[in-house]
Amino acid sequence: MSKKSKNAKEQVYKKKLITRRKPNRSVAGDIALYIFLVLVALVMVFPIIYAVGSALKPLDELFRFPPTILPQHPTFDNFSDLFVTMGKSWVTFSRYLFNTVFITFVGTLGHLLIASMGAFVLAKYDFPGGKTFFKIVTVAMMFTGYVTQIPNYLILNKLGWIDTYWAIIVPAFASPMGLFLMKQFMEGLPTSLIEAAKIDGANEWQVFRRIVMPNVKPAWMTLIIFSVQGLWNNRASMYIYSEEKKTLVFALQQIQSGGIARTGQGAAVLVVVMIVPIIIFILAESQILETMASSGLKD
Amino acid sequence: MSEYIRKYFALRKHNAKVALKKAKQRKMCYLFLAPYAILFAMFFVFPVVASIYYSFTYYNILEPPRFVGLQNYISLILEDDIFLTSIKNTFLIAIITGPLGYMLSFLFAWLINELPRWVRSIAVIVFYAPSIAGNCYVIFSVLFRGDAYGHVNALLMDLGIIDTPKLWLIDPNYMLPICMLVILWMSLGTGFLSFVAGLQGVDKSQFEAGYMDGVKNRWQELWFITLPNMKPMLLFGAVMSITQAFSVCDVTMALCGYPSTDYAARTIVTHLFDYGFSRFEMGYACAIATILFLIMILCNKAIQSLLRRVGT
Repeated sequence: MSKKSKNAKEQVYKKKLITRRKPNRSVAGDIALYIFLVLVALVMVFPIIYAVGSALKPLDELFRFPPTILPQHPTFDNFSDLFVTMGKSWVTFSRYLFNTVFITFVGTLGHLLIASMGAFVLAKYDFPGGKTFFKIVTVAMMFTGYVTQIPNYLILNKLGWIDTYWAIIVPAFASPMGLFLMKQFMEGLPTSLIEAAKIDGANEWQVFRRIVMPNVKPAWMTLIIFSVQGLWNNRASMYIYSEEKKTLVFALQQIQSGGIARTGQGAAVLVVVMIVPIIIFILAESQILETMASSGLKD
Repeated sequence: MSEYIRKYFALRKHNAKVALKKAKQRKMCYLFLAPYAILFAMFFVFPVVASIYYSFTYYNILEPPRFVGLQNYISLILEDDIFLTSIKNTFLIAIITGPLGYMLSFLFAWLINELPRWVRSIAVIVFYAPSIAGNCYVIFSVLFRGDAYGHVNALLMDLGIIDTPKLWLIDPNYMLPICMLVILWMSLGTGFLSFVAGLQGVDKSQFEAGYMDGVKNRWQELWFITLPNMKPMLLFGAVMSITQAFSVCDVTMALCGYPSTDYAARTIVTHLFDYGFSRFEMGYACAIATILFLIMILCNKAIQSLLRRVGT
């Protein structure tokens, strides 16, 4: 009986919530807002839809005049052609895929571990030099990687890492963005949690592994998406020149530049490249937003 | 005076001692930070210093660097017309797409803030997708194709606005505006996510308090309550926008070609690539990199001090 009455009560409550409008909002304003947002959203997705549409178009529709946006008879021909073209090259498709997956996976994992370790002590302990170091990291977010590209090449050359996967992977470990987001998120973690673990006899590494890391899972996802996005799209053409170590994106872009006959395959390439970061983002959206809530730059 | 100096040094010594003691106590902090700190120093701090050093030398990788003083900078500014074009283009792109992209990011984050949860998460995906869609911007070269098969040409000819197809990506007059359009399309990036998340975190009771105090419409709400609450995110978003705005090169290279007609779409970064990785004049390229670095840092500092005044 009690359950029933509770349900009834909740229903009343819910109804009230829906009918009560927020102050300072007009119906007309809301409708205008919705229409505006839908229009903008259409403009934003149009190129992506168009890319997907072109990838699904059969050859005769690609060059129809006047041009069409959506395919009338969608096929997967372009994708299968893509695999055929890739199969003909003397480095197989699976090798390119392995290269990219390996670089993305190792780079992301290492970045997650190394950046979290640094972020943990920066966020939770006060030690000489810590604040200064974090300030320098924030400054590093203010300029692009292009600035340091030439000295980076020289350093990697000295280390003998040119033309190996490490030339892409190791610099990715140190991405300042990951450390920044992780540190900001970890600051929200209650210090009492760590102190309690300390009293129970855990050392710092145990605190980090057992207490801190499981509690910042949303930040993991954020680091992962930023890192994957960077590494998956990395063409690596400057650091890697032997064909069997090139990344998937690089190989795909070679196909894309193959002229007008490859238009359909080129569109298929776009779809293959963009689908991975977008899917990861869709799956992890709520966790990423949770992390970004603490992303602010404080003085 | 000497008394003062003596006291000053005594104080510094004492402070250093305290810091050292603290550092000894916190040894494990340094151990935790060490892997990141070493890599960061190796791939971010040291390269900046090295870049500044090489910018004063003539260096072509084969021979050891030769010190030439300010020669690189002098020839950049006085003799290299293409560099001046690239500076002009980069600034044009940065000044238009930077602030506009930043404001659009905030505007859309704010507009979708009150939508129901599931609509909002779809909206975030739709708005954010272009910036993570890899090289999807290449599709614009199909839309803006120079012959009558291009969608834009076909549409404009259908409407009777133009009667011959325009060479959108080859004619220097249209290149930059089209690149800016594409960059704006991709501009709802990390900063946008930060804004969306930040807006969700604004304390709701403040709005009710504001309502009681006579806030009349959503614009007043925005100015008096939301913006001051969002300051840290606004600062973060600004860093992201500025960094992106000055490092434009992928879009211009993919759409307008490399090199583009008359260098009309050349940016500082493209110029850097040209000298660094095509001509191997590393010293000269480092001078370009140093100038870009200074522009970005100064611009960031200026915008930050400006944004700190919001709501005060």
